[in-house]
Amino acid sequence: MRKSRRKFLKDSVKTVSTVGLAALGLGLYTRQTSAILPAQAIRPPGAIEEEDFLGACVRCGLCVRDCPYDTLNLATLGSAIPTGTPYFIARQTPCEMCEDIPCVVACPTGALDHQLTNINDSRMGLAVVIDQEGCIAFQGLRCEVCYNVCPVQGKAITLATRHNKRTGMHASMIPIVHSSDCTGCGKCEEACILTGESAIKVIPAHLAQSGGSPHYRLGWEEKQQAGKSLVTPDVKHEFNLPNNLDYDYSGKGLINKGEKKIGDSEKKETPFPDNPLDTLNRKGGL
Amino acid sequence: MKKGATAGAEAIETKGWLMAHKWLLLRRFSQLSILALFMLSPWLAKLTEVWLIKGNLSSSLTLDVIPLSDPYILLQSIFTGQWPITTGFIGALIVLVFYLLVGGRVYCSWVCPINIVTDIAAWLRNKLKIKGGVTMKRETRFWILGFTLLLSFITGTLAWELINPVSTVFRSLIFGIGLAWGMILAIFLLDFAVSRRAWCGHLCPVGAFYSLLGKNSLIRVDAYQREKCDDCMDCFIVCPEQQIIKQPLKGAEKGIPSIIASSQCTNCGRCIDVCAENVFKFDTRFKKITWKHPKDGLDESLYNEK
Repeated sequence: MRKSRRKFLKDSVKTVSTVGLAALGLGLYTRQTSAILPAQAIRPPGAIEEEDFLGACVRCGLCVRDCPYDTLNLATLGSAIPTGTPYFIARQTPCEMCEDIPCVVACPTGALDHQLTNINDSRMGLAVVIDQEGCIAFQGLRCEVCYNVCPVQGKAITLATRHNKRTGMHASMIPIVHSSDCTGCGKCEEACILTGESAIKVIPAHLAQSGGSPHYRLGWEEKQQAGKSLVTPDVKHEFNLPNNLDYDYSGKGLINKGEKKIGDSEKKETPFPDNPLDTLNRKGGL
Repeated sequence: MKKGATAGAEAIETKGWLMAHKWLLLRRFSQLSILALFMLSPWLAKLTEVWLIKGNLSSSLTLDVIPLSDPYILLQSIFTGQWPITTGFIGALIVLVFYLLVGGRVYCSWVCPINIVTDIAAWLRNKLKIKGGVTMKRETRFWILGFTLLLSFITGTLAWELINPVSTVFRSLIFGIGLAWGMILAIFLLDFAVSRRAWCGHLCPVGAFYSLLGKNSLIRVDAYQREKCDDCMDCFIVCPEQQIIKQPLKGAEKGIPSIIASSQCTNCGRCIDVCAENVFKFDTRFKKITWKHPKDGLDESLYNEK
Protein backbone atom coordinates (compact mmCIF):
# COMPACT_ATOMS: atom_id res chain seq x y z
CA MET A 1 0.00 0.00 0.00
CA ARG A 2 2.68 2.44 1.04
CA LYS A 3 4.80 1.48 -1.89
CA SER A 4 2.01 1.98 -4.40
CA ARG A 5 1.13 5.30 -2.87
CA ARG A 6 4.72 6.39 -3.13
CA LYS A 7 4.82 5.27 -6.74
CA PHE A 8 1.59 7.11 -7.46
CA LEU A 9 2.98 10.29 -5.93
CA LYS A 10 6.23 9.92 -7.81
CA ASP A 11 4.46 9.37 -11.12
CA SER A 12 2.11 12.27 -10.50
CA VAL A 13 4.96 14.63 -9.70
CA LYS A 14 6.72 13.51 -12.86
CA THR A 15 3.67 14.05 -15.04
CA VAL A 16 2.84 17.41 -13.52
CA SER A 17 6.42 18.58 -13.85
CA THR A 18 6.57 17.59 -17.53
CA VAL A 19 3.25 19.17 -18.34
CA GLY A 20 4.19 22.21 -16.29
CA LEU A 21 7.41 22.58 -18.26
CA ALA A 22 5.51 22.44 -21.54
CA ALA A 23 2.95 24.90 -20.20
CA LEU A 24 5.72 27.28 -19.22
CA GLY A 25 7.07 27.14 -22.76
CA LEU A 26 3.63 27.75 -24.18
CA GLY A 27 3.12 30.61 -21.78
CA LEU A 28 6.29 32.32 -22.95
CA TYR A 29 5.36 31.70 -26.58
CA THR A 30 1.95 33.22 -25.89
CA ARG A 31 3.52 36.32 -24.41
CA GLN A 32 5.78 36.66 -27.41
CA THR A 33 3.11 36.26 -30.06
CA SER A 34 0.50 38.41 -28.40
CA ALA A 35 2.83 41.19 -27.30
CA ILE A 36 2.71 43.21 -30.50
CA LEU A 37 0.26 42.85 -33.35
CA PRO A 38 1.90 43.84 -36.65
CA ALA A 39 0.93 47.47 -37.22
CA GLN A 40 -0.47 46.82 -40.69
CA ALA A 41 -2.90 44.18 -39.40
CA ILE A 42 -6.12 46.00 -38.56
CA ARG A 43 -8.79 44.36 -36.42
CA PRO A 44 -12.47 44.43 -37.55
CA PRO A 45 -14.75 47.28 -36.42
CA GLY A 46 -15.75 47.07 -32.79
CA ALA A 47 -12.76 44.93 -31.83
CA ILE A 48 -12.09 45.39 -28.13
CA GLU A 49 -8.62 46.20 -26.76
CA GLU A 50 -6.07 43.80 -28.26
CA GLU A 51 -5.18 42.34 -24.87
CA ASP A 52 -8.80 41.44 -24.16
CA PHE A 53 -9.49 40.54 -27.76
CA LEU A 54 -7.08 37.60 -27.62
CA GLY A 55 -9.07 36.19 -24.73
CA ALA A 56 -12.52 36.84 -26.15
CA CYS A 57 -12.06 35.87 -29.81
CA VAL A 58 -12.69 32.14 -30.31
CA ARG A 59 -11.16 32.15 -33.83
CA CYS A 60 -14.37 30.96 -35.49
CA GLY A 61 -14.18 33.17 -38.58
CA LEU A 62 -17.87 34.09 -38.56
CA CYS A 63 -16.97 37.77 -38.99
CA VAL A 64 -14.84 36.82 -41.99
CA ARG A 65 -17.71 34.90 -43.53
CA ASP A 66 -20.22 37.70 -43.04
CA CYS A 67 -17.99 40.43 -44.48
CA PRO A 68 -19.67 41.19 -47.82
CA TYR A 69 -16.49 42.62 -49.33
CA ASP A 70 -14.14 39.79 -48.31
CA THR A 71 -12.09 42.36 -46.46
CA LEU A 72 -11.42 40.24 -43.40
CA ASN A 73 -9.00 37.33 -43.23
CA LEU A 74 -8.23 34.76 -40.55
CA ALA A 75 -4.57 34.62 -39.65
CA THR A 76 -3.04 31.34 -40.75
CA LEU A 77 -0.60 29.31 -38.69
CA GLY A 78 2.89 30.69 -39.07
CA SER A 79 1.99 34.31 -39.70
CA ALA A 80 2.97 37.01 -37.24
CA ILE A 81 -0.67 37.60 -36.33
CA PRO A 82 -2.03 35.30 -33.59
CA THR A 83 -3.39 32.18 -35.32
CA GLY A 84 -7.02 32.22 -36.32
CA THR A 85 -7.78 35.82 -35.40
CA PRO A 86 -9.44 38.16 -37.91
CA TYR A 87 -7.64 41.11 -39.49
CA PHE A 88 -7.42 43.12 -42.68
CA ILE A 89 -4.63 44.83 -44.55
CA ALA A 90 -5.91 48.27 -45.51
CA ARG A 91 -3.58 48.74 -48.49
CA GLN A 92 -5.01 45.53 -50.02
CA THR A 93 -8.69 45.62 -49.01
CA PRO A 94 -9.98 48.34 -46.71
CA CYS A 95 -13.13 48.21 -44.59
CA GLU A 96 -16.12 49.47 -46.57
CA MET A 97 -17.89 50.56 -43.39
CA CYS A 98 -21.23 48.76 -43.88
CA GLU A 99 -24.03 50.54 -42.06
CA ASP A 100 -25.38 47.29 -40.56
CA ILE A 101 -21.87 46.16 -39.49
CA PRO A 102 -22.44 42.44 -40.27
CA CYS A 103 -19.08 41.36 -38.85
CA VAL A 104 -19.98 42.65 -35.39
CA VAL A 105 -23.45 41.08 -35.58
CA ALA A 106 -21.89 37.72 -36.49
CA CYS A 107 -19.47 37.61 -33.56
CA PRO A 108 -20.65 34.95 -31.08
CA THR A 109 -18.55 36.38 -28.25
CA GLY A 110 -17.74 39.82 -26.98
CA ALA A 111 -14.59 40.11 -29.10
CA LEU A 112 -16.38 42.53 -31.41
CA ASP A 113 -18.33 44.93 -29.24
CA HIS A 114 -22.04 44.54 -29.94
CA GLN A 115 -22.65 48.00 -28.50
CA LEU A 116 -21.25 49.40 -31.73
CA THR A 117 -24.24 50.22 -33.90
CA ASN A 118 -23.01 53.27 -35.78
CA ILE A 119 -20.06 52.39 -37.97
CA ASN A 120 -18.84 56.00 -37.78
CA ASP A 121 -18.14 55.37 -34.10
CA SER A 122 -15.77 52.53 -34.85
CA ARG A 123 -12.08 53.12 -34.26
CA MET A 124 -10.15 50.40 -36.07
CA GLY A 125 -7.04 52.49 -36.12
CA LEU A 126 -6.00 55.98 -37.07
CA ALA A 127 -4.85 57.20 -40.48
CA VAL A 128 -1.54 59.04 -40.40
CA VAL A 129 0.17 60.85 -43.28
CA ILE A 130 3.26 58.90 -42.52
CA ASP A 131 5.47 59.64 -45.52
CA GLN A 132 5.46 63.40 -45.94
CA GLU A 133 8.40 63.22 -48.30
CA GLY A 134 6.53 60.86 -50.60
CA CYS A 135 3.08 62.49 -50.42
CA ILE A 136 2.84 64.64 -53.54
CA ALA A 137 0.57 67.15 -51.81
CA PHE A 138 3.55 68.15 -49.70
CA GLN A 139 5.48 68.80 -52.89
CA GLY A 140 2.83 71.31 -53.90
CA LEU A 141 1.06 69.03 -56.38
CA ARG A 142 -2.70 68.68 -56.37
CA CYS A 143 -3.82 65.19 -55.36
CA GLU A 144 -6.46 65.07 -52.60
CA VAL A 145 -7.32 61.45 -53.41
CA CYS A 146 -7.27 60.45 -49.74
CA TYR A 147 -9.45 63.43 -48.92
CA ASN A 148 -11.96 62.50 -51.61
CA VAL A 149 -12.29 58.77 -50.86
CA CYS A 150 -12.70 59.28 -47.14
CA PRO A 151 -16.13 57.94 -46.07
CA VAL A 152 -16.32 60.54 -43.31
CA GLN A 153 -15.64 63.16 -45.90
CA GLY A 154 -14.52 66.58 -44.88
CA LYS A 155 -14.35 65.57 -41.23
CA ALA A 156 -11.78 62.81 -40.85
CA ILE A 157 -9.44 64.35 -43.42
CA THR A 158 -9.33 68.05 -44.14
CA LEU A 159 -7.04 69.99 -46.43
CA ALA A 160 -4.88 72.74 -45.03
CA THR A 161 -3.30 75.31 -47.29
CA ARG A 162 0.34 76.02 -46.89
CA HIS A 163 2.60 78.42 -48.64
CA ASN A 164 4.60 76.79 -51.41
CA LYS A 165 8.07 78.14 -50.84
CA ARG A 166 9.47 76.65 -54.03
CA THR A 167 7.28 78.63 -56.41
CA GLY A 168 6.66 81.41 -53.94
CA MET A 169 3.19 82.00 -55.34
CA HIS A 170 1.17 78.79 -54.91
CA ALA A 171 -0.49 76.96 -52.05
CA SER A 172 0.08 73.35 -51.06
CA MET A 173 -3.07 71.46 -50.06
CA ILE A 174 -1.95 69.32 -47.16
CA PRO A 175 -4.14 66.43 -45.90
CA ILE A 176 -4.70 66.56 -42.15
CA VAL A 177 -6.32 63.60 -40.31
CA HIS A 178 -8.56 64.25 -37.34
CA SER A 179 -8.78 61.53 -34.72
CA SER A 180 -12.19 62.83 -33.68
CA ASP A 181 -13.72 61.41 -36.86
CA CYS A 182 -11.27 58.95 -38.44
CA THR A 183 -12.61 55.37 -38.13
CA GLY A 184 -9.43 53.74 -39.43
CA CYS A 185 -11.26 52.07 -42.32
CA GLY A 186 -8.20 52.40 -44.54
CA LYS A 187 -9.92 53.67 -47.70
CA CYS A 188 -7.33 56.44 -47.88
CA GLU A 189 -4.47 53.99 -47.55
CA GLU A 190 -5.84 51.83 -50.34
CA ALA A 191 -6.46 54.81 -52.60
CA CYS A 192 -3.11 56.58 -52.18
CA ILE A 193 -1.72 57.08 -55.66
CA LEU A 194 1.85 56.16 -54.77
CA THR A 195 2.88 52.91 -56.43
CA GLY A 196 4.47 51.13 -53.50
CA GLU A 197 3.57 51.77 -49.89
CA SER A 198 0.93 54.35 -49.18
CA ALA A 199 1.94 57.77 -47.88
CA ILE A 200 -1.09 57.69 -45.59
CA LYS A 201 -1.41 54.63 -43.39
CA VAL A 202 -3.83 53.31 -40.83
CA ILE A 203 -1.95 52.26 -37.74
CA PRO A 204 -3.20 51.32 -34.28
CA ALA A 205 -4.32 54.42 -32.44
CA HIS A 206 -1.97 53.74 -29.54
CA LEU A 207 0.96 53.99 -31.96
CA ALA A 208 -0.38 57.02 -33.77
CA GLN A 209 -1.33 59.13 -30.80
CA SER A 210 0.92 60.49 -28.12
CA GLY A 211 -1.98 61.22 -25.80
CA GLY A 212 -0.56 64.67 -25.10
CA SER A 213 1.31 65.53 -21.96
CA PRO A 214 -0.11 66.36 -18.57
CA HIS A 215 2.72 68.85 -18.11
CA TYR A 216 1.45 71.08 -20.84
CA ARG A 217 -1.92 72.59 -20.14
CA LEU A 218 -3.35 74.84 -22.76
CA GLY A 219 -3.96 78.18 -21.08
CA TRP A 220 -6.76 79.24 -23.33
CA GLU A 221 -8.65 76.01 -22.78
CA GLU A 222 -8.13 76.13 -19.03
CA LYS A 223 -9.33 79.67 -19.10
CA GLN A 224 -12.47 78.74 -20.99
CA GLN A 225 -13.18 75.92 -18.58
CA ALA A 226 -12.68 78.05 -15.52
CA GLY A 227 -14.48 81.00 -17.05
CA LYS A 228 -11.62 83.29 -16.08
CA SER A 229 -7.93 83.50 -16.36
CA LEU A 230 -6.13 81.26 -13.90
CA VAL A 231 -2.93 83.28 -13.88
CA THR A 232 -2.61 87.06 -13.81
CA PRO A 233 -6.01 88.55 -14.54
CA ASP A 234 -6.50 90.03 -17.98
CA VAL A 235 -5.79 93.74 -18.10
CA LYS A 236 -7.35 95.56 -20.92
CA HIS A 237 -4.51 96.56 -23.10
CA GLU A 238 -4.33 100.30 -23.47
CA PHE A 239 -2.90 101.96 -26.47
CA ASN A 240 -2.11 105.52 -26.79
CA LEU A 241 -4.12 106.11 -29.87
CA PRO A 242 -5.54 109.20 -31.51
CA ASN A 243 -9.15 110.03 -30.64
CA ASN A 244 -11.81 107.93 -32.32
CA LEU A 245 -9.33 105.27 -33.09
CA ASP A 246 -9.17 101.79 -31.65
CA TYR A 247 -6.97 98.79 -32.19
CA ASP A 248 -8.11 95.18 -32.53
CA TYR A 249 -5.36 92.76 -31.61
CA SER A 250 -6.80 89.65 -33.24
CA GLY A 251 -6.89 90.74 -36.83
CA LYS A 252 -8.77 93.88 -37.72
CA GLY A 253 -5.99 96.17 -36.71
CA LEU A 254 -6.66 99.88 -36.54
CA ILE A 255 -10.36 100.78 -36.31
CA ASN A 256 -11.73 104.19 -36.94
CA LYS A 257 -14.70 104.77 -34.64
CA GLY A 258 -15.24 108.38 -35.36
CA GLU A 259 -17.56 109.89 -37.98
CA LYS A 260 -14.99 112.08 -39.48
CA LYS A 261 -12.31 110.42 -41.36
CA ILE A 262 -8.81 111.05 -40.39
CA GLY A 263 -7.38 113.78 -42.40
CA ASP A 264 -10.73 115.11 -43.64
CA SER A 265 -10.84 118.32 -41.65
CA GLU A 266 -7.49 118.19 -40.04
CA LYS A 267 -5.54 117.64 -43.11
CA LYS A 268 -2.63 119.43 -41.74
CA GLU A 269 -2.36 117.26 -38.66
CA THR A 270 -1.61 113.63 -39.29
CA PRO A 271 -2.78 111.19 -36.56
CA PHE A 272 0.69 109.92 -36.23
CA PRO A 273 3.56 112.29 -35.63
CA ASP A 274 6.65 111.65 -37.65
CA ASN A 275 8.42 110.59 -34.51
CA PRO A 276 6.67 107.54 -32.93
CA LEU A 277 8.19 108.35 -29.56
CA ASP A 278 6.05 111.46 -29.39
CA THR A 279 2.91 109.33 -29.48
CA LEU A 280 4.15 107.09 -26.71
CA ASN A 281 5.23 109.93 -24.46
CA ARG A 282 2.03 111.85 -24.83
CA LYS A 283 -0.58 111.36 -22.08
CA GLY A 284 -4.30 111.80 -22.39
CA GLY A 285 -4.61 111.54 -26.15
CA LEU A 286 -4.45 114.24 -28.69
CA MET B 1 -6.33 -13.89 -34.52
CA LYS B 2 -4.19 -16.17 -36.62
CA LYS B 3 -0.50 -15.56 -36.61
CA GLY B 4 0.52 -13.02 -39.20
CA ALA B 5 -3.02 -11.92 -39.95
CA THR B 6 -4.08 -8.34 -39.33
CA ALA B 7 -6.72 -7.40 -36.82
CA GLY B 8 -10.18 -7.88 -38.24
CA ALA B 9 -9.18 -10.47 -40.85
CA GLU B 10 -11.50 -13.02 -39.30
CA ALA B 11 -14.32 -10.56 -39.16
CA ILE B 12 -13.88 -9.83 -42.86
CA GLU B 13 -14.10 -13.53 -43.55
CA THR B 14 -17.25 -14.09 -41.55
CA LYS B 15 -19.07 -10.79 -42.01
CA GLY B 16 -17.72 -9.53 -45.32
CA TRP B 17 -15.45 -6.51 -45.82
CA LEU B 18 -18.23 -3.95 -45.71
CA MET B 19 -19.74 -5.12 -42.43
CA ALA B 20 -16.29 -5.49 -40.91
CA HIS B 21 -15.70 -1.78 -41.64
CA LYS B 22 -19.21 -0.51 -41.05
CA TRP B 23 -18.56 1.84 -38.15
CA LEU B 24 -15.17 2.90 -39.47
CA LEU B 25 -16.72 3.89 -42.78
CA LEU B 26 -19.59 5.67 -41.06
CA ARG B 27 -17.14 7.57 -38.90
CA ARG B 28 -15.00 8.62 -41.81
CA PHE B 29 -18.13 9.67 -43.63
CA SER B 30 -19.18 11.73 -40.62
CA GLN B 31 -15.76 13.36 -40.17
CA LEU B 32 -15.25 14.12 -43.84
CA SER B 33 -18.77 15.32 -44.53
CA ILE B 34 -18.65 17.74 -41.59
CA LEU B 35 -15.38 19.09 -42.98
CA ALA B 36 -16.77 19.12 -46.52
CA LEU B 37 -19.88 21.00 -45.40
CA PHE B 38 -17.74 23.74 -43.89
CA MET B 39 -15.49 23.84 -46.93
CA LEU B 40 -18.22 23.84 -49.58
CA SER B 41 -20.66 26.17 -47.85
CA PRO B 42 -18.90 29.42 -48.85
CA TRP B 43 -18.82 28.22 -52.41
CA LEU B 44 -22.49 27.17 -52.35
CA ALA B 45 -23.42 30.44 -50.69
CA LYS B 46 -21.97 32.32 -53.64
CA LEU B 47 -24.24 30.38 -56.00
CA THR B 48 -27.42 30.12 -53.97
CA GLU B 49 -27.01 32.77 -51.26
CA VAL B 50 -27.90 30.12 -48.70
CA TRP B 51 -25.34 29.33 -46.03
CA LEU B 52 -25.53 25.70 -44.95
CA ILE B 53 -22.97 26.21 -42.24
CA LYS B 54 -20.34 28.84 -41.59
CA GLY B 55 -17.54 29.28 -39.14
CA ASN B 56 -15.59 26.31 -37.84
CA LEU B 57 -15.57 23.88 -34.92
CA SER B 58 -14.83 26.70 -32.47
CA SER B 59 -18.11 28.38 -33.26
CA SER B 60 -20.49 28.07 -36.18
CA LEU B 61 -23.88 29.03 -37.50
CA THR B 62 -26.03 26.45 -39.28
CA LEU B 63 -28.54 27.68 -41.88
CA ASP B 64 -28.09 31.18 -40.42
CA VAL B 65 -30.13 30.10 -37.39
CA ILE B 66 -28.53 27.47 -35.15
CA PRO B 67 -25.43 28.61 -33.26
CA LEU B 68 -22.95 25.98 -32.13
CA SER B 69 -19.93 26.74 -29.97
CA ASP B 70 -17.18 24.59 -28.54
CA PRO B 71 -17.75 24.61 -24.76
CA TYR B 72 -14.06 23.95 -24.10
CA ILE B 73 -12.91 27.02 -26.01
CA LEU B 74 -15.65 29.07 -24.39
CA LEU B 75 -14.48 27.83 -20.99
CA GLN B 76 -10.92 28.93 -21.80
CA SER B 77 -12.32 32.31 -22.82
CA ILE B 78 -14.15 32.63 -19.51
CA PHE B 79 -10.90 31.80 -17.73
CA THR B 80 -9.22 34.72 -19.50
CA GLY B 81 -11.84 36.95 -17.92
CA GLN B 82 -14.04 37.45 -20.97
CA TRP B 83 -17.74 36.76 -20.71
CA PRO B 84 -19.30 35.43 -23.94
CA ILE B 85 -22.57 36.87 -25.17
CA THR B 86 -25.83 34.92 -25.31
CA THR B 87 -25.24 33.48 -28.80
CA GLY B 88 -22.04 31.87 -27.61
CA PHE B 89 -23.72 30.44 -24.54
CA ILE B 90 -26.68 29.00 -26.44
CA GLY B 91 -24.28 27.46 -28.96
CA ALA B 92 -22.19 25.88 -26.24
CA LEU B 93 -25.29 24.64 -24.43
CA ILE B 94 -26.58 22.82 -27.54
CA VAL B 95 -23.18 21.16 -27.99
CA LEU B 96 -22.99 20.28 -24.30
CA VAL B 97 -26.42 18.61 -24.24
CA PHE B 98 -25.64 16.70 -27.44
CA TYR B 99 -22.41 15.21 -26.13
CA LEU B 100 -23.85 14.57 -22.68
CA LEU B 101 -26.30 12.27 -24.46
CA VAL B 102 -24.24 10.55 -27.12
CA GLY B 103 -20.95 10.32 -25.25
CA GLY B 104 -18.40 13.09 -24.88
CA ARG B 105 -15.66 11.54 -26.89
CA VAL B 106 -17.96 10.95 -29.83
CA TYR B 107 -16.47 14.31 -30.71
CA CYS B 108 -13.06 12.63 -30.98
CA SER B 109 -13.99 9.75 -33.22
CA TRP B 110 -16.85 11.18 -35.25
CA VAL B 111 -15.96 14.86 -35.68
CA CYS B 112 -12.31 15.63 -34.95
CA PRO B 113 -10.12 15.82 -38.09
CA ILE B 114 -6.98 14.82 -36.18
CA ASN B 115 -8.52 11.44 -35.43
CA ILE B 116 -8.06 10.46 -39.07
CA VAL B 117 -4.35 11.26 -38.79
CA THR B 118 -3.82 9.37 -35.54
CA ASP B 119 -5.87 6.41 -36.78
CA ILE B 120 -3.64 6.16 -39.85
CA ALA B 121 -0.54 6.35 -37.65
CA ALA B 122 -1.84 3.61 -35.36
CA TRP B 123 -2.83 1.45 -38.33
CA LEU B 124 0.62 1.88 -39.85
CA ARG B 125 2.25 1.06 -36.52
CA ASN B 126 0.29 -2.17 -36.37
CA LYS B 127 1.06 -2.96 -39.98
CA LEU B 128 4.79 -2.42 -39.54
CA LYS B 129 4.71 -4.03 -36.10
CA ILE B 130 6.36 -1.08 -34.43
CA LYS B 131 6.20 -1.49 -30.70
CA GLY B 132 7.27 0.38 -27.63
CA GLY B 133 8.29 3.99 -27.48
CA VAL B 134 7.99 6.65 -24.86
CA THR B 135 5.61 5.67 -22.08
CA MET B 136 3.12 8.27 -21.04
CA LYS B 137 0.39 8.31 -18.47
CA ARG B 138 -3.18 8.36 -19.72
CA GLU B 139 -3.89 10.98 -17.06
CA THR B 140 -1.45 13.41 -18.63
CA ARG B 141 -4.24 14.87 -20.77
CA PHE B 142 -6.21 15.89 -17.70
CA TRP B 143 -3.19 17.71 -16.35
CA ILE B 144 -2.75 19.41 -19.71
CA LEU B 145 -6.44 20.33 -19.65
CA GLY B 146 -5.93 21.93 -16.26
CA PHE B 147 -2.83 23.76 -17.38
CA THR B 148 -4.54 25.17 -20.50
CA LEU B 149 -7.17 26.73 -18.28
CA LEU B 150 -4.53 27.99 -15.87
CA LEU B 151 -2.56 29.50 -18.76
CA SER B 152 -5.70 31.22 -20.04
CA PHE B 153 -6.19 32.70 -16.61
CA ILE B 154 -2.57 33.84 -16.26
CA THR B 155 -1.92 35.16 -19.77
CA GLY B 156 -5.40 36.52 -20.46
CA THR B 157 -5.30 35.04 -23.94
CA LEU B 158 -6.52 31.72 -25.33
CA ALA B 159 -3.04 30.27 -24.97
CA TRP B 160 -3.97 26.75 -25.99
CA GLU B 161 -5.70 27.99 -29.13
CA LEU B 162 -2.36 29.21 -30.45
CA ILE B 163 -1.25 25.60 -30.87
CA ASN B 164 -4.38 23.46 -30.47
CA PRO B 165 -4.06 21.05 -33.44
CA VAL B 166 -7.76 20.10 -33.37
CA SER B 167 -9.16 23.58 -33.94
CA THR B 168 -6.16 24.83 -35.91
CA VAL B 169 -6.15 22.04 -38.47
CA PHE B 170 -9.90 22.16 -38.97
CA ARG B 171 -9.86 25.93 -39.32
CA SER B 172 -6.87 25.86 -41.61
CA LEU B 173 -8.53 23.42 -43.99
CA ILE B 174 -11.45 25.83 -44.32
CA PHE B 175 -9.82 29.25 -44.11
CA GLY B 176 -6.33 28.64 -45.50
CA ILE B 177 -3.79 26.04 -44.61
CA GLY B 178 -0.76 28.19 -43.71
CA LEU B 179 1.75 26.02 -41.91
CA ALA B 180 -0.92 23.78 -40.42
CA TRP B 181 0.25 20.89 -42.59
CA GLY B 182 3.31 20.86 -40.36
CA MET B 183 1.02 20.37 -37.40
CA ILE B 184 -0.67 17.41 -39.10
CA LEU B 185 2.73 15.91 -39.85
CA ALA B 186 3.92 16.47 -36.29
CA ILE B 187 0.89 14.69 -34.83
CA PHE B 188 1.36 11.84 -37.28
CA LEU B 189 5.04 11.42 -36.42
CA LEU B 190 4.28 11.62 -32.71
CA ASP B 191 1.73 8.83 -32.92
CA PHE B 192 3.73 6.81 -35.40
CA ALA B 193 7.23 7.01 -33.98
CA VAL B 194 7.20 8.32 -30.42
CA SER B 195 4.38 6.46 -28.73
CA ARG B 196 1.26 4.50 -29.63
CA ARG B 197 -1.88 6.64 -29.58
CA ALA B 198 0.22 9.36 -27.98
CA TRP B 199 -1.93 12.33 -28.96
CA CYS B 200 -5.56 11.26 -28.65
CA GLY B 201 -4.98 8.71 -25.93
CA HIS B 202 -2.57 10.56 -23.68
CA LEU B 203 -2.11 14.26 -24.39
CA CYS B 204 -5.07 15.96 -26.08
CA PRO B 205 -6.92 18.20 -23.60
CA VAL B 206 -9.86 18.56 -26.00
CA GLY B 207 -10.50 14.82 -25.71
CA ALA B 208 -9.97 15.04 -21.97
CA PHE B 209 -12.59 17.79 -21.73
CA TYR B 210 -15.11 15.87 -23.78
CA SER B 211 -14.48 12.66 -21.87
CA LEU B 212 -15.38 14.50 -18.66
CA LEU B 213 -18.58 15.59 -20.40
CA GLY B 214 -19.46 12.04 -21.34
CA LYS B 215 -19.07 10.50 -17.90
CA ASN B 216 -22.73 9.56 -17.76
CA SER B 217 -23.69 9.61 -21.40
CA LEU B 218 -26.51 7.53 -22.75
CA ILE B 219 -25.00 5.67 -25.70
CA ARG B 220 -22.28 3.12 -24.91
CA VAL B 221 -20.69 0.05 -26.44
CA ASP B 222 -21.91 -3.15 -24.82
CA ALA B 223 -19.98 -6.43 -24.81
CA TYR B 224 -23.37 -8.10 -24.63
CA GLN B 225 -22.21 -11.49 -25.92
CA ARG B 226 -18.99 -11.55 -23.98
CA GLU B 227 -19.32 -15.26 -23.32
CA LYS B 228 -18.68 -15.76 -27.05
CA CYS B 229 -15.26 -14.06 -26.87
CA ASP B 230 -12.54 -16.33 -28.22
CA ASP B 231 -9.63 -14.19 -27.00
CA CYS B 232 -8.46 -13.28 -30.50
CA MET B 233 -7.34 -9.84 -29.20
CA ASP B 234 -8.53 -8.06 -32.35
CA CYS B 235 -10.65 -5.55 -30.42
CA PHE B 236 -7.76 -4.88 -28.09
CA ILE B 237 -5.42 -4.19 -30.99
CA VAL B 238 -7.70 -1.70 -32.74
CA CYS B 239 -9.01 0.04 -29.64
CA PRO B 240 -7.57 3.54 -29.16
CA GLU B 241 -8.16 3.28 -25.40
CA GLN B 242 -7.14 -0.34 -24.77
CA GLN B 243 -7.29 -0.08 -20.99
CA ILE B 244 -11.08 0.19 -20.94
CA ILE B 245 -11.99 -3.04 -22.74
CA LYS B 246 -10.67 -5.70 -20.44
CA GLN B 247 -12.92 -5.24 -17.41
CA PRO B 248 -16.31 -5.25 -19.16
CA LEU B 249 -15.24 -8.00 -21.56
CA LYS B 250 -13.62 -10.33 -19.08
CA GLY B 251 -15.28 -9.33 -15.85
CA ALA B 252 -18.34 -11.55 -15.99
CA GLU B 253 -17.19 -13.64 -13.08
CA LYS B 254 -16.40 -10.61 -10.97
CA GLY B 255 -19.85 -9.25 -11.67
CA ILE B 256 -18.69 -6.33 -13.75
CA PRO B 257 -21.40 -5.16 -16.17
CA SER B 258 -20.75 -5.75 -19.85
CA ILE B 259 -21.29 -2.09 -20.72
CA ILE B 260 -18.10 -0.23 -21.53
CA ALA B 261 -18.91 2.55 -19.16
CA SER B 262 -15.59 4.37 -19.17
CA SER B 263 -15.81 7.94 -20.39
CA GLN B 264 -12.53 7.41 -22.19
CA CYS B 265 -14.32 5.24 -24.76
CA THR B 266 -14.75 7.30 -27.93
CA ASN B 267 -17.71 5.27 -29.19
CA CYS B 268 -15.76 4.65 -32.37
CA GLY B 269 -17.27 1.21 -32.78
CA ARG B 270 -14.12 -0.29 -34.23
CA CYS B 271 -14.33 -3.19 -31.74
CA ILE B 272 -17.80 -3.98 -33.09
CA ASP B 273 -16.35 -4.02 -36.61
CA VAL B 274 -13.38 -6.31 -36.03
CA CYS B 275 -15.10 -8.85 -33.78
CA ALA B 276 -15.88 -11.97 -35.77
CA GLU B 277 -18.02 -13.28 -32.91
CA ASN B 278 -20.26 -10.21 -32.71
CA VAL B 279 -19.54 -9.71 -29.05
CA PHE B 280 -20.10 -5.95 -29.11
CA LYS B 281 -22.95 -3.68 -30.06
CA PHE B 282 -24.01 -0.09 -29.40
CA ASP B 283 -26.55 0.16 -26.65
CA THR B 284 -27.86 2.56 -24.06
CA ARG B 285 -26.47 2.82 -20.58
CA PHE B 286 -29.80 1.82 -19.04
CA LYS B 287 -29.77 -1.59 -20.70
CA LYS B 288 -27.27 -2.88 -18.19
CA ILE B 289 -29.78 -2.59 -15.36
CA THR B 290 -32.16 -5.08 -16.92
CA TRP B 291 -29.45 -7.31 -18.29
CA LYS B 292 -29.47 -10.72 -16.66
CA HIS B 293 -26.27 -11.20 -14.86
CA PRO B 294 -25.02 -14.47 -13.43
CA LYS B 295 -24.58 -12.75 -10.11
CA ASP B 296 -27.45 -10.78 -8.73
CA GLY B 297 -27.10 -7.66 -6.66
CA LEU B 298 -24.85 -5.58 -8.90
CA ASP B 299 -22.53 -3.13 -7.30
CA GLU B 300 -23.38 0.30 -8.65
CA SER B 301 -19.84 1.48 -8.18
CA LEU B 302 -18.65 -0.96 -10.80
CA TYR B 303 -20.51 0.82 -13.58
CA ASN B 304 -18.11 3.65 -13.61
CA GLU B 305 -14.48 3.05 -13.96
CA LYS B 306 -12.46 4.11 -10.99
